[in-house]
Amino acid sequence: MALVKLSGTLRSAAGGLTELEIDAPNIHQLLLKLAEQHPKLKPVLDRGVSVAVDGEIYRDDRFRPLPAGSEVFILPRMAGG
Amino acid sequence: MPLDATIDPATHKFALVGTRPLRPDGIDKVTGRARFGADASAPGMLVGKILRSPHAHARIRAIDTSKAAKLPGVKAIVTRADFKEGDPGLRDVLHNVMARDKALYDGHAVAAVAATSAAVARKALKLIRVDYEILPHVTDVDEAMKPGAPVLHADMITANVEPAPKKASNIASRCEFGHGDPEIGFKQADLVIARSFKTEATHQGYIEPHACLASVGSDGQGELWVCTQGHYMVRNQCASLLGMDVSKLRVTASEIGGGFGGKTTVFIEPVALALSRKAGRPVKLVMSREEVFRASGPTSSASMDVKIGVTKDGRITAGTAEIRFQGGAFAGSPVEFGAMSAFACYDLEHVKTVGYDVVTNRPKQAAYRAPGAPMVAFAVESVLDELAKKIGMDPIELRLKNAAKEGTRSSYGPKYKRIGLIECLEAARRHPHYKAPLGPNQGRGIAAGFWFNFGGQTCVSLNVNVDGTVALAVGTPDIGGSRASMCLIAAEELGIGYEQVRAIVADTSSLGYNDISEGSRVTFSTGLAVIQAARDATAKLCARAAKTWGIAPDAVVWEKGYAKPASPNAGSFAPLSLADIAKTAGSTGGPIAGHCEVNAEGAGVSFAVHMTDAEVDRETGRVEIKRYTVVQDAGKAIHPSYVEGQYQGGAAQGIGWAINEEYVYGRDGRLQNPGFLDYRIPVASDLPMIDTVIVETPNPGHPYGVRGVGETSIVPPLAAVANAVSAAAGVRLSELPMAPPRVLAAIDAAASRRS
Repeated sequence: MALVKLSGTLRSAAGGLTELEIDAPNIHQLLLKLAEQHPKLKPVLDRGVSVAVDGEIYRDDRFRPLPAGSEVFILPRMAGG
Repeated sequence: MPLDATIDPATHKFALVGTRPLRPDGIDKVTGRARFGADASAPGMLVGKILRSPHAHARIRAIDTSKAAKLPGVKAIVTRADFKEGDPGLRDVLHNVMARDKALYDGHAVAAVAATSAAVARKALKLIRVDYEILPHVTDVDEAMKPGAPVLHADMITANVEPAPKKASNIASRCEFGHGDPEIGFKQADLVIARSFKTEATHQGYIEPHACLASVGSDGQGELWVCTQGHYMVRNQCASLLGMDVSKLRVTASEIGGGFGGKTTVFIEPVALALSRKAGRPVKLVMSREEVFRASGPTSSASMDVKIGVTKDGRITAGTAEIRFQGGAFAGSPVEFGAMSAFACYDLEHVKTVGYDVVTNRPKQAAYRAPGAPMVAFAVESVLDELAKKIGMDPIELRLKNAAKEGTRSSYGPKYKRIGLIECLEAARRHPHYKAPLGPNQGRGIAAGFWFNFGGQTCVSLNVNVDGTVALAVGTPDIGGSRASMCLIAAEELGIGYEQVRAIVADTSSLGYNDISEGSRVTFSTGLAVIQAARDATAKLCARAAKTWGIAPDAVVWEKGYAKPASPNAGSFAPLSLADIAKTAGSTGGPIAGHCEVNAEGAGVSFAVHMTDAEVDRETGRVEIKRYTVVQDAGKAIHPSYVEGQYQGGAAQGIGWAINEEYVYGRDGRLQNPGFLDYRIPVASDLPMIDTVIVETPNPGHPYGVRGVGETSIVPPLAAVANAVSAAAGVRLSELPMAPPRVLAAIDAAASRRS
């Protein structure tokens, strides 16, 4: 079970939730379940996001396993100059 | 790929990593032999030119190209109709490449011609008739957000707002980050300061304008030579915009005369390809400097409100920021990164940042080193400077007291892994610059800065040549000396000399996909891929030695350039060098090469602390930077000279942003200063020697501990210079650039307030 913490950007689309628990083996499954449970989040997720798992930011690695009890943040997709 | 367990970067003795050999592209660049974008040519080549809107905002009723088409020497004319619509991910890119129903900014492309000479092409542009209906325009971010402002896009409904607005506006989206409750934090403070700040749009200022040569044959196969930070991106986007198979377009990256984020998208490349396809001949298209300013991406301009509370003993109790970025005529300003990075240097219990992405009638912004972060650092670090002065605390001490460290929850959410901000602050405090006496009318400013960095898709091939030298093919254009760093890493892994490795930037048909050279990712991710490719090669070299000796492959190890039996039990054989094994490769199994295809994750975030001394002429308002020192965490510096070069380059660009550079728009919405005479970037005589200190706090996500260094160096300078100028002028400067009229006005206003 991962604890997903939602930034203010995402909270309104998730009905005001600040965090929720999701049982998923990896980032890919977690994002699918998140969009399934909160359909208003889907457009944001579809635009492209990075996912932080226990402090490590993953830009692309959707099959990164989620350790039990991991803390997850959904962030904008990293870009740079 | 984590930090090597066998390598403690603090004590490990690298053979080559950390040395400063000459760069392999150096001689070519100083002798003029290097081929940049505009140096490409082809038999039968035509000259391409682009017609641009003279209006900031206008409906395009019709375009008549008939007279231009009849001009002798004109071989092709393209408009928006010549591009393929439909890819939603490239909708705005295409609209920016070529306008359709509306021109959205002064300089927006509306048509293009290919002709036998530049003179004919220019004449043809004058013969194209565009029927414009001029519309009201807006170029200022705060004006664009007001009700009643001219709306650029009738379908732009602000995203991330519940309930969704019913009316279109220029606000593309809202974002919010933070934790805790700032109101509680402000109540705990002994002193709260709230200030507003503005920064102007600045251009990346690369010396080489955008340039390319396109050639599409009658069989539909195309080639493109181009100066870009990402030729795979160019290939994919152009193929989509022209309806070509990706495999039919081969893109070669030229040497690049600067990019800094500004060459991470396409502008002229799809136009050149469309013209070539239509003309059936190669077409060269080179932007003029005026076109670079009017129609390629500057950074966003910003308007910001920052509020910070502290206790008397210097503990920050809360911080908030509202950030408004205009990113030109399309959504996508880096306001989210600005909002995330605003307070990222500090360990705060209560923090909140809100950002608005706003569109205006200006060219679409493009990335510029650490996009979004320098402006917000200017605002936050200015308020911290004022707070430190008011509570009588040393500004570095205030930052040390609140500095983020391993385990700190960042202001954007995740907890930090190992980071080096405290090490940077302590190194800055120890530096002789910090205690050096100041002269009359001089002030000293310090500021901290943060950037994320990332890895990305990367592909490398390492080929062992018959004489034991090595050809290294990478897919990331070299924008900061990376070929030298990659050669050092390959030589380090293989145990051979730096001069024995030659690195090239391969074309798009020679290697798998590579992400753009951006995000401070090349030394991290391409370096990581080179390590893996070299280890792949050494495993094969060991296997060939094992075959030669008739022992098992796992009984052979690679040490300092030689295959050796792993232990006396494996047998007694004279070590074989890389050259020995390469010489007989044909008879032991064929060519030997190492490869790596990776999507690198684990790029560590990076911090910097800058300090500078500024002198203000109180009669004219002119600012002179007298001394400048950069302290930054590199994780592990592969080639220290190029790490220092990144530090100095970021500082120089930041100084220009702080005191000189700005986009100036007239009341008609036209850019008034599209040239280097009126848009003044710093030159060598404007700058002191920029001193550098490399801090090395290993990144746990890289085998050698490398962190990206290319972007963080531009984050603190705006604030560091503003703090120095404010100290020298005796008044807080809250708008950039701090050009003489603005500084003089601030000094005069402060004097009149005192009297």
